Amino acid sequence: MAQLNMVQAINLALREEMARDDRVVLLGEDVAADGGVFRISEGLLERFGPERVLDTPLAESGIVGAAIGMAAYGLRPVVEIQFLGFLYAAFDQIFSHAARLRTRSRGRFGCPLVIRTPYGGGIKAPELHEESSEALFCHVPGIKVVVPSGPAAARGLLLAAIRDPDPVLFLEPTRLYRMIREEVPEGADALPLGKARIAREGGKVTVVAWGSMLERVLTATAPYDAEVIDLLTLSPWDEATVLASVRKTGRLVIVHEAVESCGFGAELAATVAAEAMLSLRGPVFRVTAPDVPVPLARLIDHYLPSVERIQRSLDEVLQY
Amino acid sequence: MDTKLRSILPDHELIRLYEQMVLCREFEEACAEQYTKGNITGFLHLYSGQEAVAAGATHALHGDDYVISAYREHPQAIVRGADPRRVMAELFGKATGICKGKGGSMHLFDPNLHFMGGYAIVGGQFPIATGLAFAARYRREERIVACFFGDGAVNQGTFHEGLNWARLWELPVLYVCENNFYGIGTEVHRSSALADIHKRTCGYDIPSERVDGMDVMAVYQAVKHAAEWVREHSRPYLIEAITYRFRGHSMSDPGKYRASAEVELWKERDPIPNFAKRLLGEGIAGQPLLDKVRETAAAQVAEAVKFAEESPWPDDDEVFNDVYV
Repeated sequence: MAQLNMVQAINLALREEMARDDRVVLLGEDVAADGGVFRISEGLLERFGPERVLDTPLAESGIVGAAIGMAAYGLRPVVEIQFLGFLYAAFDQIFSHAARLRTRSRGRFGCPLVIRTPYGGGIKAPELHEESSEALFCHVPGIKVVVPSGPAAARGLLLAAIRDPDPVLFLEPTRLYRMIREEVPEGADALPLGKARIAREGGKVTVVAWGSMLERVLTATAPYDAEVIDLLTLSPWDEATVLASVRKTGRLVIVHEAVESCGFGAELAATVAAEAMLSLRGPVFRVTAPDVPVPLARLIDHYLPSVERIQRSLDEVLQY
Repeated sequence: MDTKLRSILPDHELIRLYEQMVLCREFEEACAEQYTKGNITGFLHLYSGQEAVAAGATHALHGDDYVISAYREHPQAIVRGADPRRVMAELFGKATGICKGKGGSMHLFDPNLHFMGGYAIVGGQFPIATGLAFAARYRREERIVACFFGDGAVNQGTFHEGLNWARLWELPVLYVCENNFYGIGTEVHRSSALADIHKRTCGYDIPSERVDGMDVMAVYQAVKHAAEWVREHSRPYLIEAITYRFRGHSMSDPGKYRASAEVELWKERDPIPNFAKRLLGEGIAGQPLLDKVRETAAAQVAEAVKFAEESPWPDDDEVFNDVYV
């Protein structure tokens, strides 16, 4: 089995799925000749040709809208948007059309498209290049939101996202693109969407994280008896796994790099309060970014949840 | 105008175009009545006055071409073949509606008719038309995509994105602009630096022309020629049909921005009686036949209203269906 980083693992998933299913096409700014800004699609133009790997004009709403049309017509378009912050120009196409095509047509048209985009901080770029705005998309019924935390998960979940009959936003943690290498099994099954993974078993506190925060949480929790849950899919999220763990440990810390207010952690905390209140020994804590735009590089370490902040929160909840 | 109708289409197709325009007018006027009664709620944008565009253009398309449109689209679905009963039920929000009562007036869909939807966001359909056309070419199909929109949509970024792409990728899209001169109350001269909309394609090297959208045969002939050109060359084309809506933007718009003299002037150009005159003058139909057409359409629309009234509401649980697979 090959040791791959996330860039290579995503490339592998695209390569496997395009070979398996000729309905799959890739489109985005510079994805063909240039192989994408992060070189995710490198070699795919040569392998699959210009009819399936398409450089588009610089027009995000046009890219997403075109993909909706392709999907409604039975293709399986995979869109690359260069940064999550650039996707805002396509909100209308995503919220007004992609997410609603199935409901609006009462189930007769689906919209099986994938929008892949790097997200998250820590690459020393300014705000729109480091956004972690996943909650905006989780708020919209009709789309799914998937966030892998490592190369193997990225491959397995991307296969599932492309095969899924509904639109999927696939957020790739930019900071981890080349940071982690692990064994990625070519040819293995897709991973199911909507299913969390217990990244480490433990008994005293449940820590829920996803995407770029996962490796930091594993580092922070190493000295603790903590159960770490890698959520993997945020919409729809795996309530059963989280609730079972909280009922076992009685404590919950949520870590995300998005800002705190109305972040996805609020949804988790509200659900746990409603469903597992009597299992809780103490308050639910969130370790998040402050409610400000992503700052420039020098301040990013102060902005993102750090190992120290996560540990402070663990220490506090364990006092209950 | 001098060309004889029979040299363009056989009698039964000419009569068919007349029937469709009359049916659309009757349907829209019935919608207004049902809206006033409270049976249709929300926003209702009626097509009365523009029938020649929907009827003439759709008649020039192939049955398996895709049609995508905006929110003033009941007649476009009907001339495409949608059952008026199910369209009316959709406007009522009934379970028997064309979209089971949840799409509503602005979101009619029918995949069997390759009617890919009404879009309530102005200009929302342009990029989607691009994708549909790409998929048609990808699958080596002969279909083209007919993308209808109003004069208000041409200042959205998606219009320019769509045209640029369609030309760049050589996609078979036929753009049909229904220029009725007003985006709600803003006259086209006050919203567009170049109000001659068909000329705006020069920046994208897309051929275009302007046609009298009050003349069903002129629309038919222009769209027929353009659709064949698009099909043959796999390239986009744009038609600007000059037309007029006899009612306000929606039922809640009294239309005070238009002088009544202006509206009256355009009503003299009403596509339905003018086409009737030509049918009579060229001996294609007699008055009894035209009367019969109107009676039949009125009966069909009355039946549609009755069907909608008597249809059941969707089950409450329907609200949870069709969000995800």
